[in-house]
Amino acid sequence: MSESKTLDFSEFRKRVGDLRGKEYWRSLEELARDEDSFDEFFHQEFPQQAASLDKGVDRRDFMKLMGASVAMAGLAACQQPAETIVPYVRQPENTIPGQPIFFATAMTLGGYASGILAESHLGRPTKIEGNPDHPSSLGATNAFMQASVLGLYDPDRSQVVRHIGDVATWSDFIAALQPVLKNPAGIRLLTQTITSPSLGDQLTKVMAALPGMKWHQWEPVNRDNVREGAKLAFGSYVHPVYHFDKANVVVSLGSDFMGSGPGHLRYARDFMSRRRVRKGVTSMNRLYAFESMPTSTGTSADHRWPVKPSQMESYARAIAAALGVGQAPSPVINADAIARDLKANAGASIVIAGDEQPPIVHAIAHAINQALGNHGTTITLTESPEVAPVNQLESLRELVTDMNAGKVQALIMIGGNPVFDAPADFKFGEAFQKVPFRAHLSPYYDETSELVHWHIPETHYLETWGDGRAHDGTVAIQQPLIAPLYNGRHASEVFGALLGGLDQSPYDVVKSYWFSKGFNDTTWRKALHDGVIANSAMPASTASATAPTTQQPNNPTTGLEFEIKHDPTIYDGRFANNGWLQELPKPQTKITWDNVVIVSPKTAEAQRIAPGDDLVNERTTRLAEVTYRGRKMTLPVWVVPGQPDNVLTIFFGYGRKRAGKIANGAGFNTYALRDSDALHSATGVQISGSEETYRIACTQEHQSLNVKDTGGERGIIRSASFAEYQKDPEFAAKAETEHGDESMWPAYKYEGNAWGMVIDTTVCTGCNGCVIACQSENNISIVGKEEVVREREMHWLRIDRYYRGPVENPEVYSQPVPCMQCENAPCEPVCPVGATSHSSEGLNDMTYNRCVGTRYCSNNCPYKVRRFNFFHYADYDTPALKPMRNPDVTVRTRGVMEKCTYCVQRVNAARMTAEKEDRPVRDGEVTTACAQACPTEAIVFGNINDVNSRVHQLKLEPTNYGLLEELNTKPRTTYLAAIRNPNPEIKA
Amino acid sequence: MAQIFHRSTNTFSRATIFGAIFFVGFVLWLIGGIVRSPYFTNQGIERVQPVPFSHQHHVAGLGIDCRYCHTSVETSSFAGIPPTQTCMNCHAQIWTNADMLAPVRASFANNKPIVWSRVHRLPDFVHFNHSIHISKGIGCASCHGRIDKMALTYQASPLTMSWCLECHRAPEKFVRPRDQVFNMSYVAKDQDVLGPRLVKEYKIKSMIACSTCHY
Repeated sequence: MSESKTLDFSEFRKRVGDLRGKEYWRSLEELARDEDSFDEFFHQEFPQQAASLDKGVDRRDFMKLMGASVAMAGLAACQQPAETIVPYVRQPENTIPGQPIFFATAMTLGGYASGILAESHLGRPTKIEGNPDHPSSLGATNAFMQASVLGLYDPDRSQVVRHIGDVATWSDFIAALQPVLKNPAGIRLLTQTITSPSLGDQLTKVMAALPGMKWHQWEPVNRDNVREGAKLAFGSYVHPVYHFDKANVVVSLGSDFMGSGPGHLRYARDFMSRRRVRKGVTSMNRLYAFESMPTSTGTSADHRWPVKPSQMESYARAIAAALGVGQAPSPVINADAIARDLKANAGASIVIAGDEQPPIVHAIAHAINQALGNHGTTITLTESPEVAPVNQLESLRELVTDMNAGKVQALIMIGGNPVFDAPADFKFGEAFQKVPFRAHLSPYYDETSELVHWHIPETHYLETWGDGRAHDGTVAIQQPLIAPLYNGRHASEVFGALLGGLDQSPYDVVKSYWFSKGFNDTTWRKALHDGVIANSAMPASTASATAPTTQQPNNPTTGLEFEIKHDPTIYDGRFANNGWLQELPKPQTKITWDNVVIVSPKTAEAQRIAPGDDLVNERTTRLAEVTYRGRKMTLPVWVVPGQPDNVLTIFFGYGRKRAGKIANGAGFNTYALRDSDALHSATGVQISGSEETYRIACTQEHQSLNVKDTGGERGIIRSASFAEYQKDPEFAAKAETEHGDESMWPAYKYEGNAWGMVIDTTVCTGCNGCVIACQSENNISIVGKEEVVREREMHWLRIDRYYRGPVENPEVYSQPVPCMQCENAPCEPVCPVGATSHSSEGLNDMTYNRCVGTRYCSNNCPYKVRRFNFFHYADYDTPALKPMRNPDVTVRTRGVMEKCTYCVQRVNAARMTAEKEDRPVRDGEVTTACAQACPTEAIVFGNINDVNSRVHQLKLEPTNYGLLEELNTKPRTTYLAAIRNPNPEIKA
Repeated sequence: MAQIFHRSTNTFSRATIFGAIFFVGFVLWLIGGIVRSPYFTNQGIERVQPVPFSHQHHVAGLGIDCRYCHTSVETSSFAGIPPTQTCMNCHAQIWTNADMLAPVRASFANNKPIVWSRVHRLPDFVHFNHSIHISKGIGCASCHGRIDKMALTYQASPLTMSWCLECHRAPEKFVRPRDQVFNMSYVAKDQDVLGPRLVKEYKIKSMIACSTCHY
């Protein structure tokens, strides 16, 4: 690579340095852009898209297009098709056609259950909401929960039992199982993490019935380190439950406690409950985050330090030493200040280690918490909610060893996809082919299924009965919303087959278990209705942590290392065939449909792998070769500000071969780099650049607001420290320049309801829950990678990411941007056909059937929140997807503009209910899908004419400001300025 | 050079030019007429049903209230089509052997629903809610016509947007007392006085924002 072609990062640094103290930037690309192209970029609607017709249209394509148009015109003249209407034969009680019913159930991920209220329209689940009574949810949902409804209807799910690839039946499998059961000592069971009490009970019976059988557990995203860390500190697998609402000071040692792991929704809610800076609030909590790749948690922190994975232990020890717990080999800057802060808040602080951190870091964190007296106040120690907590890596290792030794006659896998996701050095695929009888229960006919003798399709959680424990142990009953769509079976049915009790349905298993625990019909119905079993949390135990006595090994502090972790949107690969999650821009990188190797700007420069000058945009990058233990893998390079130097971060879960139409071929299978001794990070890795380019569908530079035009003191993002806020609460509003209130049009009057929204940028973590909630509620299509590259993604709600400060470790701000529902909307007067108009309640209505697709409105929208359906993105044909859609929202077709409507279908429903009861709409009675999903309650929706409403009160906050208000658009959606609470002792 | 065309051809060309304008106007008028015609709106077309159910017989003849069958009309967007069970409530006792009712008995016995032809169909981008109209004092007959006089059910109104807006723009012309909503033969004596009074009493607003129906 020639010198002229590499990016000049010193230039970046200079540009950031030139910015005034408050200025924000969106991306490296923006910094790299020269002044002229910079302005042009923001003034175009689809600046990067001009390429799509570069090649021109040849005569043949033109004729094809014209031919299609004529054919369409002919069709339009047809009469309305005749429809039928099919009532019930016997209508079930409480079913009112047209009115949805909500059922409490639970979704399990990584073994732990999150409570859900699932919306059912005449027996079809269409939307997932959080269960406000469930301790892990409190009404919030994450992207996985929201997208699970698409997973239910996925037409690529396995639909039939297969024997060596051929269609078979469940009874064939039962028959084939019988000879195997005669030799129980040769049977091995491989499951994922199980917290389900009923499954646990069944497993105990299976173990008793089949003496000698061994049960193994494996999940690629496991909590081995949490368990081993607890064992190191407490002597047993104690399970810590955190109460962030009681903590004034939190130190995260590589923990993404608000972004993933059991209870993260609850943790985010609790943590942010101490950061709602309102009039009269005099205190705010503080988060110090040490982490490698920036996460939702770290970027929400008051102080964040990029730390190489190998160095985390030193930081942990340094803080411990400063608190008098053990000794640190080398003092770390700021450890004293952090320690003083922690000491001042002893009993009201939390030190939390990340799931990926080695056990020793967990042990140190436990010891610090013990010394601070946090156990029992901000941290509850309980028994593990898991049925049988084990070290899953060792469990899998034992299984592989047994398989290689020929001790295993039959392997029955309940879920999971070990051939794809087991550590590379285990060579699981080879070892398990030595087993003469292999069976796999799995929702997809996947990489493991194709190598087994018996594949059984697995039911989705919305199709079957079950139960599971929350992060604090509270039990939720999982009740089905629909009969299995694709002949699936539940784990309990396979266990039933092992026990010979074939006629026990999953319902019988769950119900009989809880009835044996003293339930009766009344309590059972109550548990089903509430979605939780009251007082079933694990009791607190009184373990005591001992400080680790071992000395820190001498880790080399130089050289490249890599960090390998689960993908933020498709998890360990299990959600790879979910189009909503594939197209969801990943937090921080905003990449869709791909995985990359993430490096810091300095490393990119030093390793000479930076994309060249000609490629400085967020569509194309270079491929680089990562070499680890002789294995080579080619991955696209992605430069992320805030990434520690000399660390390559790689996500696993991509590169599926057998997952379905959506997943196959997307991204790269990085499990090949994941060894059992380096599950989370490793040293001794090399990277070398290449000239080869690779297209990336990154949404960061799409729909950009012009930071330069409006940036600085009266910017799109406004932020201050808590101390600055206390001195001058008006800082955000003051920044407003005077602007006239003139309009060509007479002002609207809003009597009655006037809907508005306030988004608190202090508590938004950029977790993406709202984006998928919006997609699910409003039937928003996915468009595919190529179309995302052309900036045609359809998300009505996007989350903009802004940086402030140095490239090495900038502050990060997330800003969800839905339609602002301007009172003086620039989109409305330019529509030639009146398809977008103003409602009496202040919404900018979008009438799809009237839209002819001129796109003038979108051109005139300063917020760039309108989305044009360029092609026929919605899948009208796949029968399986039809029942999934929200019947209250039109499925838009090609050539139509669409945008956020403040979930007007919900607003209308609430207004009609209220009017039928002759009362005003109550505050909180109606909320948008995004606000309902938000774990941190960052989004508040309501009637601003109602002086007692939450949204009205928030609009009176001094930190309230409107986006681009100087344009006199009078946006109904406003923001609360971001307030961080850095420690004054620590200089940035 | 001599003129090729005689001066009289000017008249011809003028007539053609102006005629073309009229012709285009005529074609537009024709298209407009066709799309508003029953051919497109399905107004007044009786549907063939698996069972020739007569509203005339059940409503006018027997005096069964609308809500006996259309149970969710006051609570939901959808008025509800009665399950076979509802038919059998009576027809298990009367006309138990009628040939005409064979599909009903078959449905009940085999647990297979009766597949009716839909009479009132709105496009997917229009969201109509029965319950709020009932609550605001709009009679069934205002939209559905004299159902009690229909031997076979047909769509009495065109269900075009302009037809909807006639009422949405001026609800006082159509509103009736709530206790008369299900009365098929109700005729207001003094709508000019009653209408505005009821509009006030029932807090009826003229809902003409696009998002009232389109979302």
